[in-house]
Amino acid sequence: MNLAEAVLAGDRLALARTLTQVENGTPQGRAALDALFRHTGRAHLIGVTGSPGTGKSSLVNQLARAYRQPANGAEPSRRVAVVAVDPTSPFTGGAILGDRIRMRDLAGDPGVFIRSMAARGSLGGLASATAALAQVFDAAGFEVVLIETVGVGQAEVDIARLAHTTLVVEAPGLGDDIQAIKAGILEIADLLVINKADHPGADHTERALRGMLELSAAVHPAQHHTAASHRVTQAAAAPGDELNSTWTPPIRRTIATTGEGLPALVQAIAAHRAHLEATGAWQRRTRARLQAELELLLQERLVSCWRSRLPAGLYEQTLDALFDHRISPYQAVETLVQC
Amino acid sequence: MTEQKIRVLIAKPGLDGHDRGAKVVARALRDAGMEIIYTGLRQTPEMIAEVALQEDVDAVGLSVLSGAHMALVPRVLELLKANGQEKVKVFVGGIIPEEDLPQLLEMGVMGVYGPGTLSETYIADIRRAVLGAAA
Repeated sequence: MNLAEAVLAGDRLALARTLTQVENGTPQGRAALDALFRHTGRAHLIGVTGSPGTGKSSLVNQLARAYRQPANGAEPSRRVAVVAVDPTSPFTGGAILGDRIRMRDLAGDPGVFIRSMAARGSLGGLASATAALAQVFDAAGFEVVLIETVGVGQAEVDIARLAHTTLVVEAPGLGDDIQAIKAGILEIADLLVINKADHPGADHTERALRGMLELSAAVHPAQHHTAASHRVTQAAAAPGDELNSTWTPPIRRTIATTGEGLPALVQAIAAHRAHLEATGAWQRRTRARLQAELELLLQERLVSCWRSRLPAGLYEQTLDALFDHRISPYQAVETLVQC
Repeated sequence: MTEQKIRVLIAKPGLDGHDRGAKVVARALRDAGMEIIYTGLRQTPEMIAEVALQEDVDAVGLSVLSGAHMALVPRVLELLKANGQEKVKVFVGGIIPEEDLPQLLEMGVMGVYGPGTLSETYIADIRRAVLGAAA
C-alpha cells in the first residue's frame, strides 16, 4: 500500500508522514497529493486569525471540542483536523511550535488530529504548504479543518484565500477605533470574535467593530468582504459574486478559557456555511482558490522553464547592464523575455 | 523546494512542575535551526506518544526532574514502538542519577543530558542521530 492509499484507509501514521512529505515538497509528497486530490472538496475549512495573544489557540481548542461533543446532541460529532502555524526565526530557520499547549483538552480523542507547522519564511500568516496540508486532511475524511494562522498584524490576509469561513479574533484593550477602520485584517472577517469577553473594555471593542461594519456597509453596499477573493485575480470573481455582500459579519463574544459563547459561535459558523452554499459563494470561493493555486504553480513552472532555456550568461550580462545604468529594468525584461 | 527540517518534540512527562530546563533546551534547538514542538507540563506518556505521531517528529526530548524516569521513559519508548515509530530518537534531560544511565541507554535512549550540559553537545548528538552519516 502506498502513502495515499494508507491515508485513505485511515492509517494515522501514514497521514502524519504524508503531511511531512507534503510540507517538505518531496516527490513522494507530490505523488501523494496527486492521488489524494480527487478525494478533496468536502471539508469545511475554517480559518482562525488575529493578533498575538488574543486567544486563537484556546479558541481553536474549544471549537474542536464543540464539534466533537455538540452541546445539543442533535448534531453528529465530526472529525476535526487542526493546522496551527507559528513563526519561523528569520535568522536561524528554527521555530518553537507552542500552540498545542492550549489544546490539551483534545488529547486522547482519536477524532482529532493536530499538526503544528512553522511558517518557513512565508509572510502572509500561513506557510506555503498550509493549503496542501489542508487538502490532505480533507482527503483523509476530516469534515472540519481548523487553520490557525501565526499571530498577525494588519495585512496578513492569506487565510481569506484558503478558508471558506474566516474568524478574526480580537481581544479587549488592543486598539482604538482608528485601528478598526484601517484596511486589511478586519476586512477579511466572515465572523468577528471578541475573545476574553470577561475582560474590561469588551463593550468598547464591540462598539468599535460595529462602527467599522456599519461604515463598510455604507461605503461598499455591494462589495463588502469579497475583496480578498477579488484580489486573487479579477477573472476569478464570477459575475453574481455580489450576492455574497448580503452577509454582514456577525460579532460573537467568547471566553475561550471556559468555553462560554462557543455554542453561539459554532451556530454562526454553520450559518455562514449555509449562506455560502445558498448563494453559490462556496463554489466560487473554491474556484477562486484553485485558480490562485494554479496561477502560482504556473508562475513557478514558467519561471523554471524559462531559466532552463536561457542562454548561459545572458542573465548576468543583462543584470550587469542594468547595474551600470546602460538599460532600464523594462529594457532588461525585453532582453530576457520575448513574447 | 525540498526542505528537510529536524522536528523535535520537547515534553515533560509526569508531575514535576519545573520546565525551565525544557524551555532552555527548546530555545537552543530552535537556534540550531530545528522545529520544536513544545507541549507544556504534566503530560502522560500516552499524550507524548500521540503528539509524536501526529507531528511526525524525528526526536523526542523528555525532561524529568521528579525521579520517575525509570517508569516514564520506558513507557514512552514502548508506546512509540507500538505506534510504529521505533526510529524516533529519544533523549532525556533533568535530574538522572548516574547509576541509571547504563540501563536507560540499554533501553534505546539516545543520550542523557543533565544540568550543565553544553547545548552544542546535544545539538550535535541529535543531528548525528537523525541525519545519520549525512551530518
